[in-house]
Amino acid sequence: MKILVCISHVPDTTTKVKFVEGNTKFDTNGVQWVINPWDELSLTRALELKDDAGAGVKSVTVAHVGNATTEPTIRKALAIGADDAIRVNAEPVDAYFVAAQLAEVVKKEQFDIIMFGIESSDYNNSAVGGMLAEFLNLPSVSAVSNLKIENGKAAITREIDGGKETVTVPTPFVAIVQKGIAKEPRIAAMRGIMMARTKPIRVYEPIAIEPLTEYVEFEMPKPRAACKFVDAENPKELIALLQNETKLI
Amino acid sequence: MTVLVYTENWEGKFKKLSFELVSYASKVAEMMATTTTAVTLGEVSDDELKVLGKYGADKVICLKNENLKNLDSQLYTNAIAQVAQAEGSKVIVIANNNSGKAIAPRLSVKLKAALGSGVSQLPLSLSPFTVYKRAFSGGAFAHVVLKTDTKIITLAQNSFDVVENIKDVKVEKVDIQVEAPQTAVKDVQKQSGKRLLTDAEIVVSGGRGMKSPDNWSPLVELAELLGAATACSRPVSDEGWRPPEEHAGQTGKIIAPNLYIAVGISGATQHIAGVSGSKYIVAINNDKSAPIFEVAQYGIVGDAQKVLPKLVEAVKELKGK
Ligand SMILES: Cc1cc2nc3c(=O)[nH]c(=O)nc-3n(C[C@H](O)[C@H](O)[C@H](O)COP(=O)(O)OP(=O)(O)OC[C@H]3O[C@@H](n4cnc5c(N)ncnc54)[C@H](O)[C@@H]3O)c2cc1C
Ligand SMILES: Nc1ncnc2c1ncn2[C@@H]1O[C@H](COP(=O)(O)O)[C@@H](O)[C@H]1O
Repeated sequence: MKILVCISHVPDTTTKVKFVEGNTKFDTNGVQWVINPWDELSLTRALELKDDAGAGVKSVTVAHVGNATTEPTIRKALAIGADDAIRVNAEPVDAYFVAAQLAEVVKKEQFDIIMFGIESSDYNNSAVGGMLAEFLNLPSVSAVSNLKIENGKAAITREIDGGKETVTVPTPFVAIVQKGIAKEPRIAAMRGIMMARTKPIRVYEPIAIEPLTEYVEFEMPKPRAACKFVDAENPKELIALLQNETKLI
Repeated sequence: MTVLVYTENWEGKFKKLSFELVSYASKVAEMMATTTTAVTLGEVSDDELKVLGKYGADKVICLKNENLKNLDSQLYTNAIAQVAQAEGSKVIVIANNNSGKAIAPRLSVKLKAALGSGVSQLPLSLSPFTVYKRAFSGGAFAHVVLKTDTKIITLAQNSFDVVENIKDVKVEKVDIQVEAPQTAVKDVQKQSGKRLLTDAEIVVSGGRGMKSPDNWSPLVELAELLGAATACSRPVSDEGWRPPEEHAGQTGKIIAPNLYIAVGISGATQHIAGVSGSKYIVAINNDKSAPIFEVAQYGIVGDAQKVLPKLVEAVKELKGK
C-alpha cells in the first residue's frame, strides 16, 4: 500500500491574526508557519501504519500545494518520517484550485489511501479532501477517528451524531481525519532531521484552473462586552444575572 | 430557480438544526425572490416532512432507496445533485456538520458550484454573491465571493435563529434508482442517553482547574439542572478525566451554544477557537488574570470546588427544587 498525506501550511495556532491592505490580506509579518495540526496527526497515523509490518504500507508520501517558501514545512514532514514529498508550485488560491492540483498528482502517481485533515486552521474550509475525491470519482470517508489496515483491507471508524461507526470502502479511497486519528503528533528526532535533507521533493508545475471563490475582505470578531464580575461568596447573583440578562436559564 | 436546502433526518426525525437550515434558506430565497425546496433522504413520515413548511419550505422532497440508509458521500452527493438540477437550484444550503462536510465539497465539484463553508450570516450581497464565514479558527471572519452561477453554502450550527414562516407546503416522496454504496457499515456504537454536545444550547465545561476527575459531580449536576451538555478542555480529555467526545476546541469539537460556562479553564487560543461562537461565555477561575476573562461576559474569581456547589444550590432554588 502507498499512502499520500496532504498537508497544508498554516500560521502557528497561537498567532495574533492581523490583516493588511485595507483588511484584504492576512498579515504574514512575523508569522511562524507550521504543518496544519490535523495533518500532523494524519501523518503520524500514516507512519504508525507503516511501522506496523502487518499493515503492509510500503511508503508514505506528503503532498503540498504552495510556493517555494513552504519548503521548510515540507522538510519538517520529511523529518518526522515521510519517505518523500511532492510540491505543486503554486499559490493555494482556493480549495477548488488546490484539490484540482492534488488530483493531478494522484493521477500521475497512484496511491491507495489519500489522507486529509478535517480543516485547515487558517481558512477553515473542510473542503479539499471531499473535492479531490469527487474530481477522481473515489469513495471518501469523512470524520475519520481511526484507520486500521487488516489483511490488506482498511477498517475505518467515523464519528456520527452521538456515536461512531466502523465502515469499509474499497481502495483507493480518501480519508478525511479528525480527533482520535493519532494521540500525539510525532516529533522529528535529530536523525530524522539529518535524513530529511536528502529526501526527494518532487516539484510539479500547476495545471490551469480558475478558482471558484475569492476572499475580498476580513474582519476581526466583534469585541465582546467587558466581563461583569460576581463575588465568589455570592454565586446566586450570577444565576440572577443570567436569568435576567441572557434569558437563557 | 429555487433555493435548495438539504435537511438531514435522524431515524426519520428532524431537529433544531434542520429548522435553522430551512429558516436560513427561506430567508435567502426571499432575498432572491424565489421559493425554497427542502430535500431529505430515507424514510420520513408525511407529517414530519410537513413540519419543514412551518419554517419556510414551499416544497419538501423525500428521496427513498434502501441504499441511502447509511451515509455514503458519493451516493448522497449524486442524489442531492439530481434534485438540484431538476429544481434548477442556484443556491444550495447544507449544514456545516459531519455529514454536511462529507457532502458539500463533493457537490461543489460535481456541479462546479463555488462553496462557502462555515457561513454564519445571510449573504452580504447577491451581486456579487458574497458570504460571511468563519476564518482563522474564529480569530477572524471573511467576506468571500462565490463566483459561479450555482453556489453552495454550509451554515454554521446555531448561527441563525429558527423563525416561523408558515407555508402551504407540498410534499413529494420519490423512489429513486441509486447504485450500490461503496461504504459498508460493519458496526455502530451509539452513546445513549447523553445530550449531544453539538446540539446543546447550554454547555458546562471543565478544565485542568477542576484538579481531579473525582471533582466532576457538582459540574455534572449543574449541567443536568440547566439541561446542558458537558464539555472539557483538551488536557482533561487527554488525561482521561473525561471522555474524548467532550473535548472542545480547535482540535476537538467546535461548538456555538447560547451559553458556555467554563470552569477552571485558562482560555488558551486553541480552546477559544472551538467555543468563540458561543453567544455568552461565563468563566469561573481562581486567577483573575486568566485569559478566559477577556472573552467572558460574566465571571467569578474563585475556587471551582467552592463556587460550583453554591451555583447548584442557586439553580435549584430558582427552579424550585
Ligand atoms: C496544536 C494545538 C491544539 C490544541 N487544541 C486544543 C483544543 O482543541 N482544546 C483545548 O482545550 N486545548 C487545546 N490545546 C491546548 C491548549 O493550548 C491549552 O494547553 C489547554 O486548553 C489548557 O487547558 P486548561 O485550560 O484546562 O488547563 P490550564 O491551562 O492548566 O488552566 C487551568 C486553569 O484553571 C485555573 N484553576 C486552577 N485551580 C483552580 C481552582 N481551584 N478553581 C478554579 N480555577 C482554577 C487556573 O487559573 C488556570 O487558568 C491545543 C494546543 C495545541 C498546541
Ligand atoms: N495547500 C494545500 N496543499 C496540500 N493539502 C492541502 C492544502 N490545503 C489544504 N490541504 C488539505 O486539505 C485539508 C482540509 O483543508 P481545507 O479544505 O483548506 O480546510 C487539510 O487538512 C489538508 O489535508
